[in-house]
Amino acid sequence: MDLRFLDAEASPEERDAIDAVVGPAEGSPGGPGLRVVRGGGEARSRRHLLLPALQAAQNRIGWISRGALDYICRRLSVPPADAYGVATFYGLLSVEERPPRVAHVCDDVACRGFGAADLIAGLEAELGPAGTDGGGISWMPSPCLGRCDRPPAVFFQLAGENDRARSAATVADVLAVLAGDTSPLLGAAVPQAGDPALRLLRRVGVADPTSLDAYRAHGGYEALPRAMELGSARIIDELETSGLRGRGGAAFPAAVKWRAVAGADERERYVICNADESEPGTFKDRVLMEGDPFAVVESLTIAGFAVGARRGYIYVRGEYPLAASRLVGAIEAARRGRLLGPSLLGSAVEFDIDVRRGAGAYICGEETALMNSIEGHRGEPRNKPPFPTSHGLFGKPTVVNNVETLANVLDIVTSGGRAFAATGTDRTTGTRLFCLSGAVARGGVYEVASGTTLGELIETGGGTRDGGEPAAILLGGAAGSFVGPDALAMPLSFEAAADRGVSLGSGAVVVFDAAADFGDLVRRIAAFFRDESCGQCVPCRVGTVRQEELFARHLASGEPLDAGLLSDISRVMSDASICGLGHTASGAVESAVALGLVEAT
Amino acid sequence: MISLTIDGVAVEVAEGASLLDACRAVAREQPTLCHAENLTPANACRVCVVELEGSRALVPACSREAEDGMVVATDSERVRHSRRMVLEFLASSTDLSLAGVDAWLEDYAADPGRYGPPAEASARDGRRPGHHPVPDGMRAETVAQDVKVDNDLYVRDYSRCILCYKCVDACGVDAQNTFAITVAGRGFDATISTEFAVALTASACVYCGNCIGVCPTGALMFRSEHELRAAGLWDEDAQSVTRTVCSYCGVGCNLELHVQENRIVKVTSPMDDDITSGHLCIKGRFGYDYVQELGDLATTPIDEVLAGVRGEGGTAAR
Ligand SMILES: Cc1cc2nc3c(=O)[nH]c(=O)nc-3n(C[C@H](O)[C@H](O)[C@H](O)COP(=O)(O)O)c2cc1C
Ligand code: SF4
Ligand code: SF4
Ligand code: SF4
Ligand code: FES
Ligand code: FES
Repeated sequence: MDLRFLDAEASPEERDAIDAVVGPAEGSPGGPGLRVVRGGGEARSRRHLLLPALQAAQNRIGWISRGALDYICRRLSVPPADAYGVATFYGLLSVEERPPRVAHVCDDVACRGFGAADLIAGLEAELGPAGTDGGGISWMPSPCLGRCDRPPAVFFQLAGENDRARSAATVADVLAVLAGDTSPLLGAAVPQAGDPALRLLRRVGVADPTSLDAYRAHGGYEALPRAMELGSARIIDELETSGLRGRGGAAFPAAVKWRAVAGADERERYVICNADESEPGTFKDRVLMEGDPFAVVESLTIAGFAVGARRGYIYVRGEYPLAASRLVGAIEAARRGRLLGPSLLGSAVEFDIDVRRGAGAYICGEETALMNSIEGHRGEPRNKPPFPTSHGLFGKPTVVNNVETLANVLDIVTSGGRAFAATGTDRTTGTRLFCLSGAVARGGVYEVASGTTLGELIETGGGTRDGGEPAAILLGGAAGSFVGPDALAMPLSFEAAADRGVSLGSGAVVVFDAAADFGDLVRRIAAFFRDESCGQCVPCRVGTVRQEELFARHLASGEPLDAGLLSDISRVMSDASICGLGHTASGAVESAVALGLVEAT
Repeated sequence: MISLTIDGVAVEVAEGASLLDACRAVAREQPTLCHAENLTPANACRVCVVELEGSRALVPACSREAEDGMVVATDSERVRHSRRMVLEFLASSTDLSLAGVDAWLEDYAADPGRYGPPAEASARDGRRPGHHPVPDGMRAETVAQDVKVDNDLYVRDYSRCILCYKCVDACGVDAQNTFAITVAGRGFDATISTEFAVALTASACVYCGNCIGVCPTGALMFRSEHELRAAGLWDEDAQSVTRTVCSYCGVGCNLELHVQENRIVKVTSPMDDDITSGHLCIKGRFGYDYVQELGDLATTPIDEVLAGVRGEGGTAAR
């Protein structure tokens, strides 16, 4: 490959930041080492460093300069156009100069009616409209930041510093962080913490998440030795007996994927923990990763062992800096304890984990988009079939599981699949995490047995904030559906949801009371899909635009929404799109129309 | 062999054949836009979707491999609806006047006007992924934008671009291996772009023209064609196509010279050519000046070129 590069030069700081990711340059910078273009397999083998390198450049000065992009391309033998295509895919990367300190302010479903509007108005008054350079600082609106339990949420990109996030933010808080305040911004997100009945959340808020000893003292690393004793086949049998189904949204039986990969012909295999959690209204995976990171590491290790993979990836949402650093800390501690690395627990089994951070793209939670993202390509979903269990990461057989799905594996291994299946309903076994937010007394992540009713869940969170009946509840986030108060009696199980024609999705439960402006909410959801569509296929790329325009027209004109046109748009998106984003992009808005929350023809 | 049924008709195809191949085997041609025999399927346009029994969603005929026992419908109500909508979406946002899809638009009863009057042209490079202005609902957003004329050989009119990925694939692994262009940005704001949207002359482009050769919509066009069209002089009925072999090197690429009024106005190569698969290099594609005294397109004023085409000698008559 004969590549042509740009003629811009990276600054020494940019080069250092990039070298820290891709390794030191051979020879002096700009010297012969850089003119050596690697081709073929070696270039391909380094391409996966592209996104981390772009993130390093972005973080160093707050944007990706031509010089930095050029330097990355030379170091990784990637054509500049290709790298530009990747960089411009992600919301948290900027290829245009912008202020080094940026606050991304959530204006999504669980924040906009709950303080975000005031916060944004305040920031507009202080800093000017979104994107204005207020002397090296700036603010921008953002989709859900996974902190919906205590709105409004803000995420900060701070050049040269670690990213930060904050819940229940005021104008003064935001300005303070932009001005350099570094005080810790944490708060409890698990109102049930310490309850002895908890399983997935048993250590959250109880055991020090930065200490391997504390993890062990609370039952940690009991499952891995047990798993290695059981061996691959029996682990997967127990998983099958447990009936565990995916918690990432699609509810697919975990054992089926594990068995397929364990039995694959190819030796090179991967396991991936999908921690890209970006579904509006969802924050359970963040709470698990921040509060019990070793559990994520241990369960992914078991997955790797069971399917015969030697490497695992955890793909953490870019807006979750604390989760990412906790996981990195846990992985380092596990390596020191021989719980990861070339010789697990002194055996001949090898397994290690890489943490990758997303960069602001909901679509990268779709499993094949996630793989493309790790590989250093644009996060566009792949056409299926073939499926990841045969053609996954780097084209190899791959298991992808959600954080919560994996966390369940620990109990299944230690207590057996039958014991696990004793909780919940026949077809939805175990407990589930639900993310309660909106007009409730105590938002947060709640663990309840599958089959608990929606009303009981809301009562666990102290009921609605005014004690009345909710006007509507958004289940499963933007890709889910609105349900009315009659759904309070619905058991939270896959089968009960399916009977009602709704999906529990990622466990988001956003409660709205009569104060909600549903027209505005629904347009925000439509805007979300228009922003997050990868743009690959026509039904979704254009359909999400037309859908938002339809709602905008309805709001601007005051005329009832054209339900026939909405249904035409919805049908083609759900029938002919490539991936689940397009398939579900009309679900919530159509459910709002069906419930009469939006006036339609 | 693989046996399946297409619209109730039994058909046998070879292992590895696509559903589109199977449809063709029973003489049921399907509309396609992003598919080409000489490129890896992009699966992007979705105009070729068909209904496959047992599959919740429709599947793209162009890339879905045929399997034993499949039952496929190519003209069901669902298929027709999706195709209508895909065409309607494209026609309401993109200039399809040179895409040759009028018959499909009519056949599927596409009504692009129902999304409202089209929005005006606007700059589309470098939009921020994940952010867009709130629409007012009064106009249908489009990809309309200024034509990019930044070199002497070809122009890029992305108001016509349907993001079919063909040019990117032709420039990359499928043919040229130059990687001068990419899909940049995200969602509806995605564009075909060079790095930092620099002019082609500052990019890695080597002017092989293979992207032009595969573009289904006329978004990529010989500058000669663009200028003639702008002047209202482009006349395909008056053109003849002469097949010849490129004389520059020993490879022996087949060329098709499109000639209007005794002037070469563009050069293509047949897709089914064993040597080229439709792809050429700059010499075969653009190096035809020496056979006609058209003058260097870089230096000759366009008036003179046009006058030449009209057979008016060297005068700059209008
Ligand atoms: C647009 C889109 C976004 C998704 N986002 C996530 C996500 O953030 N986390 C997740 O675990 N799964 C997400 N998924 C589902 C994944 O594709 C995949 O089904 C899941 O990670 C499998 O894990 P599980 O079987 O354990 O649920 C998403 C799917 C789509 C279509
Ligand atoms: S459905 Fe949307 S997000 Fe999915 S591939 Fe198509 S354009 Fe991309
Ligand atoms: S002319 Fe050739 S090199 Fe230039 S963009 Fe087109 S395909 Fe790529
Ligand atoms: S320029 Fe042409 S070939 Fe390229 S994506 Fe657009 S329509 Fe397709
Ligand atoms: S953090 Fe604002 S909606 Fe989730
Ligand atoms: S032709 Fe099949 S998806 Fe475009």
